[in-house]
Amino acid sequence: MFSHIRSMAVIVAMGAIAVGCGGADSAAEPTTVTLLAHESFVLPDGTFEAFTAETGITVEVLQTGDAGTIVANAIATAGDPVGDVLFGVDNLLLQRALDANVFVAHEAAGLDDVPDRVKLDPQNRVTPIDSGYVCVNYRADALNGAAPPTSLNDLRQPQLASQFVTQNPENSTPGLAFLFATIASFGEDGWKDFWRDLRDNGVTITPGWNEAWNNAYVGGDPGGTKGIVNSYASSPVFEGLFGGDDPVVSEILIDSCFEQIEFAGVLAGTDAPQNAGKLIDYLLSPAVQSEIPLSMFVEPVNSTATIPEEFSTWTTPITSPLALTPTEIAENQARWTQEWLELFRE
Amino acid sequence: MAGVVPGVNTGSVPSSFTRTIGPVATSRLAVAVLIFMTITVGYPVFAMVRRFADLGSPGGVSRWSAIDAGLIGFTIGQAVASTALTLAIGLPLAHVLARYRFAGQGVVEAATLVPFILPTVVVAVAVQRLLSPLGVEVDGINGSLIAILVAHVVFNVSVVVRIVGGYWRQLDIRPNEAAALLGAAPWTVFRRVTFPRIAPAILAAAAVVFFFTFTSFGVIVILGGLTRATLETEIYRYAILRNDFGSAAVLAVIQAVAVAGLALVNQRLQKRLTAASSSSQAILGARPIGSLAERVHATVVVSGTLLFLLAPLLSLAVRSFVVDGQPGFGNYTALLDRPAILVISPARAVLNSILFAALAALLAALIGTTAALAAQAHGRLAHLTEIAVLVPLGISAVTLGFGYLVGFTFGDLRSSPILLITAHAVIGIPFVVAAVLPALRNFDGGVLDAAALLGAPPRRVLTKVALPILRPALVAGAGFAAAVSLGEFGASGFLARSRSSLTAPQAVFGLLGQPAPAFQGQAAALCVVLGLLVIALVLLIDRGRGSLGRSWL
Repeated sequence: MFSHIRSMAVIVAMGAIAVGCGGADSAAEPTTVTLLAHESFVLPDGTFEAFTAETGITVEVLQTGDAGTIVANAIATAGDPVGDVLFGVDNLLLQRALDANVFVAHEAAGLDDVPDRVKLDPQNRVTPIDSGYVCVNYRADALNGAAPPTSLNDLRQPQLASQFVTQNPENSTPGLAFLFATIASFGEDGWKDFWRDLRDNGVTITPGWNEAWNNAYVGGDPGGTKGIVNSYASSPVFEGLFGGDDPVVSEILIDSCFEQIEFAGVLAGTDAPQNAGKLIDYLLSPAVQSEIPLSMFVEPVNSTATIPEEFSTWTTPITSPLALTPTEIAENQARWTQEWLELFRE
Repeated sequence: MAGVVPGVNTGSVPSSFTRTIGPVATSRLAVAVLIFMTITVGYPVFAMVRRFADLGSPGGVSRWSAIDAGLIGFTIGQAVASTALTLAIGLPLAHVLARYRFAGQGVVEAATLVPFILPTVVVAVAVQRLLSPLGVEVDGINGSLIAILVAHVVFNVSVVVRIVGGYWRQLDIRPNEAAALLGAAPWTVFRRVTFPRIAPAILAAAAVVFFFTFTSFGVIVILGGLTRATLETEIYRYAILRNDFGSAAVLAVIQAVAVAGLALVNQRLQKRLTAASSSSQAILGARPIGSLAERVHATVVVSGTLLFLLAPLLSLAVRSFVVDGQPGFGNYTALLDRPAILVISPARAVLNSILFAALAALLAALIGTTAALAAQAHGRLAHLTEIAVLVPLGISAVTLGFGYLVGFTFGDLRSSPILLITAHAVIGIPFVVAAVLPALRNFDGGVLDAAALLGAPPRRVLTKVALPILRPALVAGAGFAAAVSLGEFGASGFLARSRSSLTAPQAVFGLLGQPAPAFQGQAAALCVVLGLLVIALVLLIDRGRGSLGRSWL
């Protein structure tokens, strides 16, 4: 009996210690937090100074390759990560990272201002930060007289398919997103027929975005002859903002857009989980979120962020993007890309 | 005095270096190099394979299914073909540069290195655009084997020109003259007298080109179409694109075994070839261009090769001087400011590249010279050293990069620049060895013996006598190691780097990736700056090397 009480006391004491640790004292944690990101992660100089002033936490940013590389890195180093926070895992790769137990849960402050559409992990192991769209772009004046497409389905027509450039879905993220767009739009039963029509009517496939836009598309530099290209909703924004006084801007095929959401998460195995969480809160704060449009040319997910007018001037609103769930993607991606490849080998 | 008689295998005589520093010290050097290579290459390969095998393959797909005879055959076949073509294109220029002296020779030699250091995506796309009007269409579905081979030649000709040309230049001309005097036709002189003596350099260059094309990644992905693949592209595809780590591990093992075997074959072949010797008494063959026939020959070879190498890049150079459709220097001045899409200005990225290249070259020079000192001796350790330094050239960037990530987990090593510099340096070491080793083997040992005889301790002989004499070869090798680092070869692409240490090739990549002509113009300008930088580097090296150079580079 007595020993029973004693063990209870020990348990209570341990609980108290645990609460004491967990509740607060992020002060006991290292005060430098390392943020791992892909090479496209850009924010204005000094963005983290306000964060350091407020919390005393210094942010070190380490960058590597593209989203696929940082996710593979995170999976290979799961449990013993190179940094504390990972930014840049997107909905195309999310399930792989979740399945590999790369992240620990963190319910970010400010999550109430984020639409449910982009909250793809109910356990909050990742926090949505920004959202962009992979969309078909076209130049109505460069279609050899054909009527511009008004729907994804129009692209299978010979006059348009022969003008269309997209990327190998195995090697290229926008290429993969476009394959997903066709699957989300035409379903398991219809997507292959759509692609057969594209193939038979002379679609151009390139290894990556660069070869498609810069070399095959009429709007590229040095450019090619094709009038339709798979790219991003932000491509016209670039053309408008950096295209001089009288920019020529591509149009967006609105119903071709597949949403690409980027997330940040606290890496499992970090020695600074509290401070890492604070950094994610900061990435979701209106201060950082308002910088995202003109730094990374995607949209912030926090609805209280301000979107600069320069950005919105050239933006086509995408109201109902195409989507697949991360689980659908994880379960079928290998088969879909394989079937796509076989279709082009037929 | 083996050096006076051309054609004698100096390797059969106990080397003067071994005599000077002693066989024990030489073995210690070999052990030091082997430990370094084990830590920076062997252990990471092991760590990657162990971790990836643990992670396994999704859905329980047999990881052995990744083995495919066609894949291995294509990987080796395209590398053999690329190497043969690179030699065929590179040797005539190496010959002209070795035999004649003419104004602008240094610039010609340096210019061959420009495609070598430019980002693959830039060169591959340039080759593709140039081939299209010539009837070689590269579409993304079928790709083009011709385009792959052409791109590989464009990339690697400089390896042949530097290694073979530099060595050829140092050959004693007298045997050729004697043969000619005795009535041998020029072709016979080449076949019977010259070729046997330059063969070691040709083999050394061929080995480097073979390994570079064996692990070619960007060229295959961009020009290969949907179905062509090599071990390198498949390891990337399995690991990064499919997260099928188990299959990636299997392919990494196959690649590592193949590379070790090929490096062994190379070492055996190299041993069989008679090391040509030259000495301070050699009469060098380079002379001013004389007859009209010689002038035509030199002009055709030089301009033909340069046109082949640089024509794809010409439009890039022209593009760099166009701003908003008007001629101007705006793209160059813009490099000083940070564009919205990069974390630092392209100019700072260039400085970062220079800093990384300098540090990587320094480390490569240190390890490479030690390796050369160890390899010029005899015995198993020396041979092992010679093989070990070549291996990193043929190991996948994914294998090494992930090996560093999962292998070096202690301290903050993975977030420090040490691993990045190491990753750059291990690819540069073979070039330092290729430059210093023949210099060591062909070197008149009398001075060392004299110094030792006069009572100088081995260390003093090494630092006061040997190193100054080796300096030209060392500078040349380190220069190539710096070029390799400028071109971002190898595993660095999978390692984390701090925000402010973006390098120039990455800045090019970032600028190319945005759909705005302004950034395309800056990317072109940055490529031109990188090209000029490597030309300046080579010219500087050649001045530093002086006329004493006994080297392959």
